[in-house]
Amino acid sequence: MALTSTKPYVAVPRDLVENFNGKQIVYVCWDHHMLFATPLLLVVEPEMSFGDLLENVVKPLIGPDPDAAAVDLGSVEWQKAGRAWKPDLAASLAANGIVHKEQLRFRTPGVNSLLAAA
Amino acid sequence: MDMQVAKKKLSLKEKYKLLTRDLGWDTTYHTKDEVFPYVQYEGIKIHDWDKWEDPFRLTMDSYWKYQAEKERKFYAIIDAHAQNNGHLNITDARYLSALKIFLQAISPGEYAAGKGFARMGREFPGVGTQVACQMQSIDEIRHAQTQIHALSNYNKFYNGFHAFADARDRMWYCTLPRSFFDDALSAGPFEFMIAIGFSFEYVLTNLLFVPFMSGAAYNGDMATVTFGFSAQSDEARHMTLGLECIKFMLEQDPANLPIVQGWIDKWFWRGFRLLGVVGTMMDYMLPKRVMSWREAWNIYGVENGGALFRDLARYGIRPPKGWDDAEKGIDHMSHQFMLALYQYNFGTAFHSWIPSEDEMEWLSKKYPDTFDKYYRPRWAHLSKLKAAGTPFANMGLAKLCQTCQIPTVFTEPDDPTSLCQRETEYKGEKYHFCSDGCQHIFENEPEKYIQAWLPMQQLFQAPINGDLGAWMSWVSLIPGKDNGDFDGSEDERNFAAWRQQATSNQ
Repeated sequence: MALTSTKPYVAVPRDLVENFNGKQIVYVCWDHHMLFATPLLLVVEPEMSFGDLLENVVKPLIGPDPDAAAVDLGSVEWQKAGRAWKPDLAASLAANGIVHKEQLRFRTPGVNSLLAAA
Repeated sequence: MDMQVAKKKLSLKEKYKLLTRDLGWDTTYHTKDEVFPYVQYEGIKIHDWDKWEDPFRLTMDSYWKYQAEKERKFYAIIDAHAQNNGHLNITDARYLSALKIFLQAISPGEYAAGKGFARMGREFPGVGTQVACQMQSIDEIRHAQTQIHALSNYNKFYNGFHAFADARDRMWYCTLPRSFFDDALSAGPFEFMIAIGFSFEYVLTNLLFVPFMSGAAYNGDMATVTFGFSAQSDEARHMTLGLECIKFMLEQDPANLPIVQGWIDKWFWRGFRLLGVVGTMMDYMLPKRVMSWREAWNIYGVENGGALFRDLARYGIRPPKGWDDAEKGIDHMSHQFMLALYQYNFGTAFHSWIPSEDEMEWLSKKYPDTFDKYYRPRWAHLSKLKAAGTPFANMGLAKLCQTCQIPTVFTEPDDPTSLCQRETEYKGEKYHFCSDGCQHIFENEPEKYIQAWLPMQQLFQAPINGDLGAWMSWVSLIPGKDNGDFDGSEDERNFAAWRQQATSNQ
């Protein structure tokens, strides 16, 4: 049952992609880098190339992490919607199959200054 | 000559009977189902409403008398607090952040509960239930009022109190309590009673009120202690109502058990998420600490909650599904919340700060297995960034949970080095969650939660379209006054200056 209700009820989501003026939401998480309280919420054009997203959007935002300078975002391991995934840096987000509210995660094994104890 | 005849005095029992049972007439113009249209669709079966016992059997005249007496005492103390500059008796102006969060996030919840119980007083067919709900409704509105009045004294002197109503409607961290109450208010009457009357009032309220009111007392805030005392005797009545209601449902029909259990699972988890911020207040925001969140959980969660669910086991009720995940989060959540509040503090109408070395010692003693290992290194790095003149502000903004609407700051139950991330698809759209508990709630009623008003998403839609300055004026946040680090704030400066004037001849 989609809802306990007195009669059939159909809702409209409040954050459909058409509400974002041609942009979409992408979530990016740097696994085990817990300085960032949650995955980053990014609002970007789907035509942007994945390489651009990394260089111009993600890189400045992760700067405060002590490991940021040592990381080459072009060669990290990625997951998309929970599965291993290889991005095409030159292709757009749309061509990479990154839909609205997609969750991307990247890993940098062995590089983690703030969790040295773990 | 007329003889004066003494009026026959009614016994309390007779008065209560007149107030309740005699109001329960049978309708003739309309069927009972038309008069009470919302008591069937949730699937709860009730065979005899007269089995509902209101253990307090409070009558109107005694209710007014008690409440009026409490009001007189309350306002006398609030007046004295104002006239004697009671605001300068608090331990430190950092304490005010706890009050600001309370006013913006919790007091509107009291008002929402008032609306909810007013509705339930109309929708339940049993008159005992109707009267008890109506009285609780009046109580809740009174609590909202006394809290607003008590804290208005602080509003004369400090930032962040002035726009609590706008914050309630629009501020990102306030959508957490707001969505909690909206979820309950838009449910049927029985679910509302489990949500607010049982899970919130009975299972979790002690975790909110006891630490909060003791915190106020420890930190010299007599205004808050006073509204706490004024509300306390009402809370005992509310807790009993919640417990009576759940027992009534379970005793009326065995088919009610799985429905009630499902609601307990859901509302325990929603309530637990809601109260997480209390842990942050206890562990970080009280300059003079009362006890740690872990210690409070051990008493009010593990001991009291455990005893309650052992008692309910005879009805077939088991502890809420999220109980074990909750336990695993206790030693982490206050740190995770405070780190989040600090890095997003450009967008909060209260101050946050990096804990001092002394405070970190306290935290490491109270959380020997987690603080030094996971959280101290982050605070140390944040101190370094601040000292270098580049304090950390996370402009990536926060991913929110579709159900509880909290930034997804929590870690995997069994891996504190990894953020817990869950997602699902419904009708071709992706939805994200902070936990299994929140995902289960969504999947049980997706049509309800897909319409969630998630504040981060709204920030990037019309009319704000991603403009942070426009957002601040829309939420009535005055940048440079209401928000940011406590260190260097106007509240810090003013409190120090006024206290100096009050305690010296300079």
